[in-house]
Amino acid sequence: MPNPKRRHSQKRTATRRAHDFLSKHSLSECPNCHERKMPHRACPKCGTYKGREVLEVDDKS
Amino acid sequence: MRHRVAGYKLGRTTSHRRAMLRNMVTSIIMEERIETTVIKAKAVRPSVEKMITLGKKGDLAARRQAAAYLMTGEAVTKLFDSVAPRFGDREGGYTRIVRTAWRKGDGAEKAFIELLGSEQVLDEKRQKRAEIRAKRAEENRKAMEHADQEAQAQKDMAANESEGKTDSNENDSR
Repeated sequence: MPNPKRRHSQKRTATRRAHDFLSKHSLSECPNCHERKMPHRACPKCGTYKGREVLEVDDKS
Repeated sequence: MRHRVAGYKLGRTTSHRRAMLRNMVTSIIMEERIETTVIKAKAVRPSVEKMITLGKKGDLAARRQAAAYLMTGEAVTKLFDSVAPRFGDREGGYTRIVRTAWRKGDGAEKAFIELLGSEQVLDEKRQKRAEIRAKRAEENRKAMEHADQEAQAQKDMAANESEGKTDSNENDSR
């Protein structure tokens, strides 16, 4: 059976993983309440999308 | 070549998928807007639009075709009498899908799909829901007050009774 010839150092592992990271979502600004929101989605804060798509938002809690 | 246009399978058997889509189309026509996942919304869109096209045709054959697909006769009536006439001057694109949020349980992306021009109906519905909610809250508040009063009364009674008891047999209460 093939086996590793050399010890795999911690640095080697860490170097390989240097590029393994998550990137941040690019957020857009809600034109209604100016909260940051996901693009192409209704604003979870104020429930609007393109001016008038109103979802029901809990305003009492 | 019709490569890569197979559509959505949605992890269901053919009959399951067909039944689900029919249910969804019926619901959309009856309720004007439904909330579902983005993928399902995209999957029902063509079926909804085909039904509306049938509704615009408006003859008996179209009506029978629609009745064969939709789940209730009510939906057929609504489609032909009030939904289809709204789209007289529009060639397709009768629905709108808006992404909303992510479902808590499995992280699926949710959206609603609605018929265009349903704003008024939906506003009315929303108002009615709000009224019902307010009424229920009011009833709950009253019930709570009532319960509180009763509990208070019972406590008072119990207090009176225990006083009487402690007088007559002190050993039992200890």
